[in-house]
Amino acid sequence: GGQTRLTDAQLDELEDALILSDLGPRAAMRIRDRLATRQFPRGSDERAIQEAVAEEIAEILRPVAKPLEVTAFPRPHVVLVIGVNGSGKTTTIAKLAHLFQEEDYAVMLAAGDTFRAAAIGQLKVWADRIGVPVVTGPEGGDPASVVFDGVKAATQQGIDALIVDTAGRLQNKRELMDELAKIRKVLGRLNPEAPHDVVLVLDATNGQNALAQIDVFKEVAGVTGLVMTKLDGTARGGVLVAAAEQYGLPIHAIGVGEGLDDLRPFDPDLVARVIAGVA
Amino acid sequence: MFDTLSDRLGSVFDSLRGRGALKEEDVRAAMREVRIALLEADVALPVVRRFIDTVTERAVGEQVLRSVTPGQQVVKIVNDALVEMLGGTAEDGGSPDAAKLDLEAKPPVVIMMVGLQGSGKTTSTAKIAKRLKETEGKKVMMASLDVNRPAAQDQLKVLGEQAGVATLPIIAGQQPVEIANRAISSAKLQSFDVLMLDTAGRLHVDEALMAEMKAVAAVSTPKEVLLVVDSLTGQDAVNVAQSFTGEVPLTGVVLTRMDGDARGGAALSMRAVTGKPIKFAGTGEKLDAIEPFHPSRVANRILGM
Ligand SMILES: Nc1nc2c(ncn2[C@@H]2O[C@H](COP(=O)(O)OP(=O)(O)OP(=O)(O)O)[C@@H](O)[C@H]2O)c(=O)[nH]1
Ligand SMILES: Nc1nc2c(ncn2[C@@H]2O[C@H](COP(=O)(O)OP(=O)(O)OP(=O)(O)O)[C@@H](O)[C@H]2O)c(=O)[nH]1
Ligand SMILES: [K+]
Ligand SMILES: [Mg+2]
Ligand SMILES: [Mg+2]
Repeated sequence: GGQTRLTDAQLDELEDALILSDLGPRAAMRIRDRLATRQFPRGSDERAIQEAVAEEIAEILRPVAKPLEVTAFPRPHVVLVIGVNGSGKTTTIAKLAHLFQEEDYAVMLAAGDTFRAAAIGQLKVWADRIGVPVVTGPEGGDPASVVFDGVKAATQQGIDALIVDTAGRLQNKRELMDELAKIRKVLGRLNPEAPHDVVLVLDATNGQNALAQIDVFKEVAGVTGLVMTKLDGTARGGVLVAAAEQYGLPIHAIGVGEGLDDLRPFDPDLVARVIAGVA
Repeated sequence: MFDTLSDRLGSVFDSLRGRGALKEEDVRAAMREVRIALLEADVALPVVRRFIDTVTERAVGEQVLRSVTPGQQVVKIVNDALVEMLGGTAEDGGSPDAAKLDLEAKPPVVIMMVGLQGSGKTTSTAKIAKRLKETEGKKVMMASLDVNRPAAQDQLKVLGEQAGVATLPIIAGQQPVEIANRAISSAKLQSFDVLMLDTAGRLHVDEALMAEMKAVAAVSTPKEVLLVVDSLTGQDAVNVAQSFTGEVPLTGVVLTRMDGDARGGAALSMRAVTGKPIKFAGTGEKLDAIEPFHPSRVANRILGM
């Protein structure tokens, strides 16, 4: 019996495991340092150590867990969805629309990606499947004007939630980022409170660059919350730990598949256990 | 894209070069900094470990530490190891120069594109097709086997129109293996030189989709199987690379979104974890935003030379 500290070898192993979960070397070191000062029952096995790591991480994540809610008054509640290319924006929009619909809200989509080949068609297929209206403009047209039309139509038709798709863009592309700022401005012209939510969609398979994504999208487009997709693979999304520490932005939900039902509320304890390798 | 990594390494190197003499502890301290810089750049942990071990072993040797310019020599050792990591050396069959597609086979030569969801397969398919057509005068056809993602086949069709490359007509309801077979017959009949098969994104843990990919490879016997990887990828790169390598005969890697500001970890690890050359770098959304990948040039850029 008795209490003891972890050995350097145990701490090294723990730190490496966190790095493999995409925490990044610095956040991993911070957690290592915290665990180093702790007492453990002598002979604690790997599992017990991982549980302790999960608890440390859960403490960091709990304050940022917050579902996306339709609250705006007057309606519609406008959700602008943004992120880098291929992160899962359009699919997440379909999942969110489906969720809102199950909560009995009237939902409308706006096809703000006029750039990527067949992006409008992709959103239309989803809208048909769910049975919600979608506002579209011409391919190659001005996204801000589609968004403007969307807010107008949603307002006239008494829609509760309007979800706006945008083209993927890397955060270091100045011109494309300015376009987001413009879309925001146009939204505000019809409804000064809009967009009520600006959701940044992060791909779990991305590594430390996700922090740069949060940083720039927050600055330029006023991100209000995060969704992380593709957590159904082996990527563990450890970057959320550093994100919670550095930015404290709400995390709304996670994506765990390509289907409409594959959106889960963000459960900080579960995600912490996944990151720590016990779930 | 490599600026930050290059800055970080640069400051470590400046402090090494700045001294007359070097002790083993100095080299080890510098390597701890290099380790953090590489991990922050998302280089895969096993690759970082091997890199640091190799470099440390070479750098703490008598000849280096006793030389007139030890700092300079350590920097050179790091540079050489980086080039090796990116492209391999002549000994292991790699080359510091760009690796080409191997199209030496009876036409239609099949190129199959595989990878995770959203990595850039469809866009890269169109980019490579356009390039083969324009720079090598090949007659290329593309076919989308993606029956999962809404409007995926339309996406390739639109890109084909933009690139001036033929696409296999879409028949709703057909499954991937059927589409592959139809594409092969059609390409034969119309004497295409190259047939590019775009496939649906799949997670390496999805057994059904991995089996489907193997079945497509079995009927189409591709000459090139390219794994399309997002250069923003984190530590998961190793799992992805190993699983895909285990399922299909990969011949190379396409790294997309090299126009981003990622620090290039995936670029640095992919060669090491797949054992296959990086053949192309995607540098934008437009169809001519693709370049051959030159390991030595990239290493030089990382080292700011
Ligand atoms: N496995 C898995 N795949 C996902 C998830 N979310 C999205 N995807 C897939 O990722 C790919 C890209 O998704 P999209 O929704 O088109 O991504 P996007 O951000 O809209 O892409 P762009 O508009 O091109 O920037 C598609 O194949 C989706 O089916 C998820 O949670 N898990
Ligand atoms: N900036 C940039 N964007 C790229 C690059 N390559 C692809 N993209 C974008 O990334 C997104 C996803 O590309 P797709 O080609 O649809 O990816 P995919 O792998 O076919 O996706 P799934 O079929 O859903 O698995 C699109 O928005 C593309 O325009 C690149 O090199 N740079
Ligand atoms: K991750
Ligand atoms: Mg989209
Ligand atoms: Mg595709």
